[in-house]
Amino acid sequence: MSAHLPALLVVVPLLSAPLAALVRRPRAAWAVALGAAWWSLYAAVRLLHRVLATGTISYAMGSWAAPWGIEYRIDAVNAFVILIVSSIAAVVVPYARASVEQELEHERIALFYAALILCLTGLLGISVTGDVFNVYVFLEISSLSAYALISMGQDRRALTSAYQYLIMGSVGATFIVIGIGLMYVMTGTLNMADLAERLSAVASTKTIPVAFAFLTVGFSLKLALFPLHLWLPNAYTYAPSAVSSFIASTATKVAVYMMLRFFFTVFGAVFAFDVMRLDWILMPLAILAIVSMSLVAIYQANVKRLLAYSSVAQIGYIILGISLASVAGVSAGILHLFNHALIKGSLFMAMGCVMYRVGSVKMEDMAGLGRSMPWTMAAFVVGGLSLIGVPLTVGFISKWYLVTAALARGLWPVAIVVLAGSLLAVVYVWKVVEVAYFRPPAPDVHIREAPLSLLVPTWALVLANLYFGINAKLTTGVATQAAQLLLGAGR
Amino acid sequence: MRVLGLYNYWVVVVLMMIGFYILIARGNLVKKLVGLSIFQTSVGILYISMGKILGGTAPILTEGRDVVYTNPIPHVLILTAIVVGVATTAVGLALVVRINEAYGTVEEDDIHRQDEAH
Repeated sequence: MSAHLPALLVVVPLLSAPLAALVRRPRAAWAVALGAAWWSLYAAVRLLHRVLATGTISYAMGSWAAPWGIEYRIDAVNAFVILIVSSIAAVVVPYARASVEQELEHERIALFYAALILCLTGLLGISVTGDVFNVYVFLEISSLSAYALISMGQDRRALTSAYQYLIMGSVGATFIVIGIGLMYVMTGTLNMADLAERLSAVASTKTIPVAFAFLTVGFSLKLALFPLHLWLPNAYTYAPSAVSSFIASTATKVAVYMMLRFFFTVFGAVFAFDVMRLDWILMPLAILAIVSMSLVAIYQANVKRLLAYSSVAQIGYIILGISLASVAGVSAGILHLFNHALIKGSLFMAMGCVMYRVGSVKMEDMAGLGRSMPWTMAAFVVGGLSLIGVPLTVGFISKWYLVTAALARGLWPVAIVVLAGSLLAVVYVWKVVEVAYFRPPAPDVHIREAPLSLLVPTWALVLANLYFGINAKLTTGVATQAAQLLLGAGR
Repeated sequence: MRVLGLYNYWVVVVLMMIGFYILIARGNLVKKLVGLSIFQTSVGILYISMGKILGGTAPILTEGRDVVYTNPIPHVLILTAIVVGVATTAVGLALVVRINEAYGTVEEDDIHRQDEAH
């Protein structure tokens, strides 16, 4: 069985999804989803362990050998991404039970879990596969289920934001297929490792730069790089709480992974950054994202929307690290990929707790919550500190690496932007803290603390924020190894 | 002659732009999905044109004869992409039905106005 672990990682959730839809009863569907999510976490830990011990794993799907059949290829980069996705899923599914029972109609709950597990399947599939067309198929599996999940929000605006996401997401995915098709016509192969070898021979044609451009736009849409982020704020705001926490901490992260994989492994850093000058596009957009989206976040009255704009800014940090195209920069990007998943996961989960008890996440309805929901708001404060980048939290580790990487390249203005972004984060986190702790609660409103089934998963992520902020050896080690692998020995 | 010889690709470009234009310029949610469908279909033609070899036949194994085959892989790939496109359209239309139930309209401007008034 252990030899087939790469396939089972994807196949078990894939088969669990229809099962969850078939059992109909909410609790049973939840149990199926829980089994699938925890299985994927188990498989992810085993795979990461094996990759770190013995190096890259190559698995031939259906025993068809690599360039013809579909290859699943796992190295330090995607083993880490798989771990991020599956651990968030393993925390979100237990959290979802109470939250979803309150926010969704009874007969939709089983279908909700089916869609959630399908989304997990897609994200894991993108991360694990070594075949470019397979990436597209899994991308659509994860995206279509994400549209359905978002549309299940209580507010009717959830429907329009899911529709908007569908339109923009499909355009992004279609751009990616065009790019893949143009690569295929020049090389005759779809296997990533095979493509990497053959592309250099045809890199000077017109077709390959065009393919590269289509892929860049497609990925940027999917990972919500400013200014292609328009689908994101509404989608995160109106989705059910559990979905916001899951999608915010995984979907854009996997899209960033796709970008890393295509640009560094398939095209190669030399083509992407020295020939195509990708950094000239990515770095200004990342800086614009950090500054403008942090500013927009400050003026939001809905806390989920505030966090969504902050997400676009944080994606800016990740892309900024990647655009430095050095081992230090890319590892800072990958590190922030993991750390931001923990940060936004815990913050959105805290907002889910507020939603559960208060029924709203608007700033004005959160007055005095610091007293009535002490554990929830404490989780928000720790998550917020991590978002700002206070020492002893994961946010600090990634910002530290990012600033160091920028200074190593002599780009001190970039380092200043990173620090300025942190200051803006202080402002928008403080706005929530001020309302919750220093404003008197509305009279004759009695709000109780959220139930343990919501608090325990939330605090699991919050404690992970602190743990990996103090003991960063595992995360920084894997991120550095992944960056070295992506950039090759030459850089 | 070279420009005319590439006429498959011209069709792809024109269709793609028509689809993309409808997607951006139309305010009706159903029409937007029509645009998206045209846009995705043009990619299908792009893939199929890539696989075609002049004088090539269907890739069926025959005894003893030397035959030129058309590459079947783009066909298979685009078959998958068509399925994905159908699923996308279905999810999109399902959303439009729900939006129509919730707002009583499928015009983007009207929906926007209702949300603002809220």
